[in-house]
Amino acid sequence: MTQPAPLMPSPKAQTKSFISPSVFGVLILAGVLWILPFVFLSIGQAFLVDALLRAVILAIAAVSLNFLAFTGGMVSFGHAAFVGIGAYSVGICDHYGISNGFFQLAISLGVSGVFAFVTGTLALRTKGVQFIMITLAFSQIVYYVMLGLDEYGSDDGLIINSSSYFHVIDLSNKTSLYWVALAVLFAQIALFRCLNRSRFGLVLAAADESERRVRSSGLDIFRYKLVAYVLAGMLASLSGVLYANLTGFITPELMDWTQSGDLLFIVTLGGMGTMSAPVVGSAFFVSLEEALSALTIYWHFWFGLILIAVVLFGIERLKRLALEFSGRLR
Amino acid sequence: MDMNLALFLTQLLNGVQLGLILFLLSSGLTLVFGVLNFVNLAHGAFYMLGAFLTAAVALATGSFLVGIVAAALLTAVLAAIVEGTIARALYHRAHLEQVLATFGLLLCAQTAVHYLYGPSGLTVPLPDWLQGFVSLGAITLPTYRLFIVVFGILLAIVLWFVMAKTRAGMIIRASATNRVMAESLGIETQAVFTGLFGAGAVLAAIAGGLIAPITGASINMGGPAVILAFVVIIIGGLGSVRGAFAAAMIVGLIDTLGRAYLTSVLATIFAPKMASTAGPALASILIYAIMAVVLAFKPEGLFPPASR
Repeated sequence: MTQPAPLMPSPKAQTKSFISPSVFGVLILAGVLWILPFVFLSIGQAFLVDALLRAVILAIAAVSLNFLAFTGGMVSFGHAAFVGIGAYSVGICDHYGISNGFFQLAISLGVSGVFAFVTGTLALRTKGVQFIMITLAFSQIVYYVMLGLDEYGSDDGLIINSSSYFHVIDLSNKTSLYWVALAVLFAQIALFRCLNRSRFGLVLAAADESERRVRSSGLDIFRYKLVAYVLAGMLASLSGVLYANLTGFITPELMDWTQSGDLLFIVTLGGMGTMSAPVVGSAFFVSLEEALSALTIYWHFWFGLILIAVVLFGIERLKRLALEFSGRLR
Repeated sequence: MDMNLALFLTQLLNGVQLGLILFLLSSGLTLVFGVLNFVNLAHGAFYMLGAFLTAAVALATGSFLVGIVAAALLTAVLAAIVEGTIARALYHRAHLEQVLATFGLLLCAQTAVHYLYGPSGLTVPLPDWLQGFVSLGAITLPTYRLFIVVFGILLAIVLWFVMAKTRAGMIIRASATNRVMAESLGIETQAVFTGLFGAGAVLAAIAGGLIAPITGASINMGGPAVILAFVVIIIGGLGSVRGAFAAAMIVGLIDTLGRAYLTSVLATIFAPKMASTAGPALASILIYAIMAVVLAFKPEGLFPPASR
């Protein structure tokens, strides 16, 4: 950020005073996601509910990354580590016969919080590429540690015998797992929306635009960024807790660096608009994955090409092209 | 000679050999970043392609050296195509976009190789003169590892000579220090960029070709390699070839010695079972821990380039 900051308010600041349409959008999205499982079940496509659940769980991790990357300007390439910490909190507790969900949740939030605090303190001393790569390195540490621990299955993975027990809520039931995931997702969207408008979010966004100006007005940016990083990490671990309950089987692959890449792709797919954009991004991502992998085992090739196209031509332009194309077909 | 000392010297040689491979891999990466400000995950794809092309040509012709040369030439062509079509459009983009697009490129390359050579990869036969062991006084060392060390050192010297003593090196350094000034002095910076990107890719391909007889050529070798190379160039200081060399040696030695000795060192302090569990896990994260420590004290790395 060496160039002088523009005098006009940036587009980022302008969208902030623009309330109702995005709230409306979130409500519509919530409604659609609420109804979709019933639609899928009524047409006898239960596997689509699984895909939907996966999309919602991915979106939970993507929403916090979206906040980190676009409000705070912290492009983390290690967000999957937090998902992994959440999943292994459930897995390791279960390994020792502890299925109390509140205990698992406390472990997950606690460990991811401490991990985010320690790694964030170090990583936030850097910026730009160094930040991207140091967060990647930290997630590789978690990955290799879990890969090295034979006690917890190493690369064979860990089977989770009983799902997290939360008294009234039965997470072994896919439908209730879905409602819980949806509730967590929209609670997070609401939280990050509030944060974006709060003093906290404004300081972060301002620091991303011109760190020097914010610093000269006497604010300790490091502390703001660290709080955002820890919060995002803890909330991403919820995604892992839910994922472990969905699959009942976890491997270190969950925090492989490509998973962090996928999360960044989802955030980019959503475009940098609203807080709910990552939901659209992950829905698109999972559909793409399902559709391509049904066609060919070499689907990663086409997936890679789409990734390149999204970056080169921009998601907005691709959306417009797709609309024009479908318009012409009609 | 003492058995333990002989073993230690062998591990030391392995460490130096890994360090030199890492240097070949990371010198191109750090130059491309230093001059173009471009984060290139596809660098790992060139490393993987180098291994596969060396293996395929060596299997077809029966000559390992022909394999290396052919892999280098083919990768240069591929790199020029990638630079002209995709990479060039990314130089002025945000780092996030560069990471995503080159991640996509890496996926494409991995899947293409999977399609061409199958999921299990290729093994590379060595010629007779590179097999076996060499006796140096009281210790015997594997010939091929010594070959990599000699070859790597020669390449490092050539690279230093080109960068420090030739006109081409001067032009690269000028473009890295101040692009606008270099252009106004009549340097075709776009040609410099294409050449630099290609040279970096060729060095990565040679590194892949050299490691292939030891580890085999496998589809998933590119990702971990490029992450390791980034660790190296960040420890060394982004854009610094000297830093990349020092950091590659540090990482190569610490990783090799850590894997060889950490378990037994831990066993002197902790229970044997705990040591044998924690040892390998700790050894594989040692270099990341070192990177974290270096960045905590020197956020710009050990040898940051003077100015940009």
